[in-house]
Formats: sequence, C-alpha cells, structure tokens
Amino acid sequence: MKKILSLKELSERNLGLAPGHRACAGCPFPSIVKMVLSSSDYPVIVANATGCMEVTTTIFPYSAWPVPWIHSAFENAAATIAGVETAFKALKKKGIIPKDKKINFIAFAGDGGTYDIGLQALSGAIERGHNFLYVLYDNQAYMNTGIQRSSGTPFGASTTTSPAGKVIPGKMQERKDITEIIAAHGIPYVAQASPSHFGDLIRKVRRAFEIEGPKFIAVISPCVPGWGYEESESIEMAKLAVETCFWPLYEIDHGVYKINYKPKNKLPVKVFLEKQERFKHLLEREDLIEEIQKRIDEKWEKLLFLDGKKIR
Amino acid sequence: MKTKIFIKHAFTGNEASAYAMKQINPDVVAAYPITPATEIVQIFSKYVSDGEVDTEFVPVESEHSAMSVCIGASAAGARVMTATSAQGLALMHEMLYIASGLRLPIVMVVGNRALSAPINIHGDHSDTMGSRDAGWLQFYCENANEVYHTIIMAIKIAENANLPAMVCMDGFIITHGMEVVYTLPDEEIREFLGVRKPLYSLLDIQNPITVGPLDLYDYYFEHKRGQIEAMINSKKIIEEVVKEYNERFGTNFPPFIEEYKIEDADFLIISMSSAAGTMKEAIDIKREEGIKVGLLRIKTFRPFPYEVLREKIRKFKAIGIMDRAETLSTMGGPVAIETKAALYSLPEKINLINFIFGLGGREFTLNDAFKIIEITKKFSEGEKFPEVLYIGVREEE
Repeated sequence: MKKILSLKELSERNLGLAPGHRACAGCPFPSIVKMVLSSSDYPVIVANATGCMEVTTTIFPYSAWPVPWIHSAFENAAATIAGVETAFKALKKKGIIPKDKKINFIAFAGDGGTYDIGLQALSGAIERGHNFLYVLYDNQAYMNTGIQRSSGTPFGASTTTSPAGKVIPGKMQERKDITEIIAAHGIPYVAQASPSHFGDLIRKVRRAFEIEGPKFIAVISPCVPGWGYEESESIEMAKLAVETCFWPLYEIDHGVYKINYKPKNKLPVKVFLEKQERFKHLLEREDLIEEIQKRIDEKWEKLLFLDGKKIR
Repeated sequence: MKTKIFIKHAFTGNEASAYAMKQINPDVVAAYPITPATEIVQIFSKYVSDGEVDTEFVPVESEHSAMSVCIGASAAGARVMTATSAQGLALMHEMLYIASGLRLPIVMVVGNRALSAPINIHGDHSDTMGSRDAGWLQFYCENANEVYHTIIMAIKIAENANLPAMVCMDGFIITHGMEVVYTLPDEEIREFLGVRKPLYSLLDIQNPITVGPLDLYDYYFEHKRGQIEAMINSKKIIEEVVKEYNERFGTNFPPFIEEYKIEDADFLIISMSSAAGTMKEAIDIKREEGIKVGLLRIKTFRPFPYEVLREKIRKFKAIGIMDRAETLSTMGGPVAIETKAALYSLPEKINLINFIFGLGGREFTLNDAFKIIEITKKFSEGEKFPEVLYIGVREEE
C-alpha cells in the first residue's frame, strides 16, 4: 500500500461525504471526514456518536453518507462499531461473508463523546481489541448543544458553562490528555493530527488502516462559533495550534513515540489565543497566558524527550 | 410433549437459557455479568471456549455497551442475543428504545430482579416493568422448561416482526431453581429457525444505508406510527410462530394467555411468571374444598393481549390481579392497571382487586395464594376491600 497519496490521487477517489450537509460554513470536520474516508483502499463502514457531525450530515430523509453509516447514541460510537465489526467476523466464520473480504471500520466522535460520556465504551472497545479506527474530531467543547465545557476544553477557555466572568476567568481546569490516556491502553497505534497538515493526517490514517486491532487518531477540529474567529480561518487556527505546539503532531506506533512535525520557530501560544473569542479575556491576564505557555512547554519537552523512544 | 424427540434434562433456568443459546448458535452475543443472570453468559462463554458454538462472544465493560454492541451487530444483519437483570437492564434503558426504534431483532433473556434502592438481588418484576414501554416484546415464563422453548420461539418472532424481545424469568426462583427441561435436538432447532434474513444490513457495501439519522417533527411521528403498527402486527406473528412450534413439536405453549380451570369458575385470579405455578396448586386444593376459582396466566405482556384478555374474562364478576411490581403511581401494579384499561370499553361491570406480592424476592407461599383466593372470593360476594392490597408484608396495625 502506498503510504502517501498525492492530492491528485486523493481527489480521484470517492470522498465518502456528499455535498449538501449542514455543517457550519468554515467547519473543518467535513474535510477531516473526506480525508479519512478517501484514504481507505477498502470499503468503509462508519459509526457516529451523537453530535455536530451526526446532526448536520443526516436529517431524514437526507443523508450525506454514501457509505454504510450508523448512529445509535452519544456515548457508544466505539461499542456500536465494535458490534458491526463483530458481526462481520461472525458472518465470515459462518461462511456467509467471503473470508478474504476487507472492510475498514471507523468511528467518529467529538470531544464530548470521547473524553467524557464515551470514554468508558471507548476504553472497553479498545481493550477488547476490536479491529477499528476511532477518529476523535476535537473541537474542545460541546459545540452541538451550544459551546458547553467538556473535559477536552483547554484551561482558560470561556464556554457557556465556564464563562469568563468578573471572578472566574473561564475554565480553570486543564483538559485531559486523551491521546496519552488512550496510549496507556497499549493499543498498536495512537496519533494526533491536524487538517492543516493534511499529508500527515492522510499518512496516519493509511498507517492505521494497515494495522489489525484498535487504532486511535485525535484530530483537532477548530470551531467557528465555539472558538470565535472568521469562517475562512479554520485551517489557519489548526495550523497555529500546531505551530505553537498547543496541538503537537505525533504518533505512538507499536510503542514507539515519534514527533511528526517540529516547528522551526515554535510560536508563543499567545499568537494562537489572541485570535479567538474564547480566550479574549485572557489578554488582560498575562499570568494566565504564562501559565498556559508553561504547560505547553512542559508537554513539548516531554514529547521531545520521548521522541524516537520505545515506551513498551 | 407428544413427540418422542425430546431429551430430558435437569436444568436451572439459567442453564436452560444457556443451552437454548448454544443450540441457537447466534452470530453475536454481547453481555455483562449481573446477578441472577450471570450464569447464562458464564455457561455460554464456556461453550464458546470449547468450540461448541461459532458465536463471537463480546464480554463488554457495561450493559450499556452490551446493548450498543447488540445494536451494531443486529444492524449488520447478525443474529444477536444477550442476557441481563435489574440494574443492568436499567443501565441499558436508553439503548432499549434505540434497539426497538431502529427495528432490530435482538433476543434478551432477563432474570427478573428488584431494582435498587434498597439494593436487592432477588426476584420481582420492577426491572422489566420499568422497560414495558420501550418497544420490546415481553414474554414472562412460568418455569425453566417454558424459558427454554420461549427463547427459541422468540428468535423467530423477533426476526419476523423486526422487533427486539425479552424472555423473562423470576430471579432465583427460576434462574437458580432446578427443574425438568425437555430439550429439542440441535438440528430440529436449526431447521425451525433457519438463518436470519435481514431486510437491510450495514455490511451490504453495494447498497449503503444510513441507520439512525436525525429525525425531527416532519418524520419522527410517521416512524413511531410504523413502530406501533409493528407491535400490532407482532400479535399475529406471535400467534403463528407459537402455533407452528406447538404443531411441529407437539407442545402446548400459549401465545398470549394460559387458562387454568376457568370454564366453571365463579371468579378469577390473574397472575404471571412463577407465582402462577404456586397459584395453580392453591387452586387445586381450594377446588377440593368446593371453591370454584380459575387462573389466567399472562405470558405475553408486550404487546398487551387486551383483545384475548377481554374475551376470556368478560363473563366474570370479580377478578383478583397479582402484581410482583409497583408503579408507585398510588394506583397499584402494572398488570392490574393495564387490565383495568383493557376492560373499560366493555359494557359489563367487572370488579377488580389488586394484590401486590413478592417484592424484593419476598417468598410467595401457598398460604399467600390461599389468602388471595379467599379475599377475592369474599370480594366477589360483595365484601368491600381497598383497591390495592399488599400480601406478605409486615405492616403497622
């Protein structure tokens, strides 16, 4: 299998998501879905958690999904796709499906459906070793219900349930490091990616599809209304997240850490924060910006230390 | 049991259930342990480990995921089964509605157990009665033998109706009580059930489907109306499948309601599940004393067989209805409330009295059954009683 597909090759493929869906103008998740699905050399079946993606890509009698797709609830995309994948295995065993048939099983869920309400089902499904790729599109809050904080919301962000007020300057807890939590399960492949670095994203998805067993890719998915920036700037936001090391691009392939992109000039996080409404209140709080910078630096140092090392 | 093909076993309800599952050889089983149904999947996973079934067994991390896996697998066209009890069923609650709303045939064996709080592990019907409006077919069995045969029939009923089904048995009383169970040979079951032929499947790559899209006020109502129609149609399917089974194997299982000595009865008792067995014995004894009492045992609670029930009880003046669950509505138990609703449109005036018994596994004794018969007799003769009576509970005088 070719590791990297050129843009030409990619655009000749079935994109896996039809136009006409109702995602907000500028929302990057449709691009993420297209990159993931068109990276597959085999048919795909998708399970989707409740959230922006499910709501905007389907509304009966319409569907933007030209591939088999199932949504059952919010907290169980991993368990649902595990069921589909298990049925595939069982029907192969009974000779109802040919033994050599290949399908890539994919679950898409947001941060709410992954860090919070869906964490247990995800942890269970990857521990059991189902053969599927879980793609987290991380917009860092409950955007579908109107920008409420999740445990994926970063420190300092103002949301409708962690509003920046006169006393409390936004969310005062750091987000969980979901990528490391999933990596701690010891599954074969875990990665962080960004739609701004699409070559890297596609390579990671194709690498994941090569591997039998559970795979997890966390993709940052900036949100126009939730983060507060211009519709044309989503990919720019994703890029700044990477260039500031707010969202490092790395992978853990069979226990080996690898940073996939090291910014030549690591930008200060302020450059990323100041462009977004959700962090606007922090501009008067240099101490908090310093705190955020410190946490980013520590995490980046840790990654640099782990880079190239086999951790298990 | 006319034919000679049956094999006699001494099985608990859990063993009978696991054995039925083994013979059905479902494609996927996903389950989580919970007393008193744990043994079912425990025994079944040994069948899996010993290669006695082809089933893919998914030992999930919760009942919510058990039902989610079942939903994914059933939507992919597999024949799917699971088992649970009480808190497990409660944790699945969200997914129960999704299984039925997506019209997925899934068969679940439930060891009926009281819901917390207070925490309890013994049998009553509060768990499945709490799911009675979730769009699942519900069959309540009297003994382990009926559990075994009902599980097999439920597969065909669920797949023909495109609806999920629960086969319910009283926790410990049936799940752990050992009884004689007459099983069928594997090939008879295989022939009776065939393989599942799903209307749609996620695995049909050439014909991709979208399962579970957003469905707002412009179509949701029509989809629910269709689901209601499926429940109505399921009555015919239940009747046909049970008839086919009885004719094929010489059994005599009721599709909806079992009648016991009602032809010449002066008054009736309505019961479900294992308590009906105790009540039958009490009726035999009381009849020797000259008290003409009969019993109707409701086997199928969902869909509620109100048409059959009405016709069978309209000639009676007084009926005592037994409930092993409370609705906490202050109107008594669910069987009594639904029976009342079923009778309302009849011109006949039928007096009903509701007995709540056996909550949290409180033993239901022969003396309790006598008491119910005696009170209902006096009630039928015009004596006044409260609408709801509690049998076998310590109360302040």
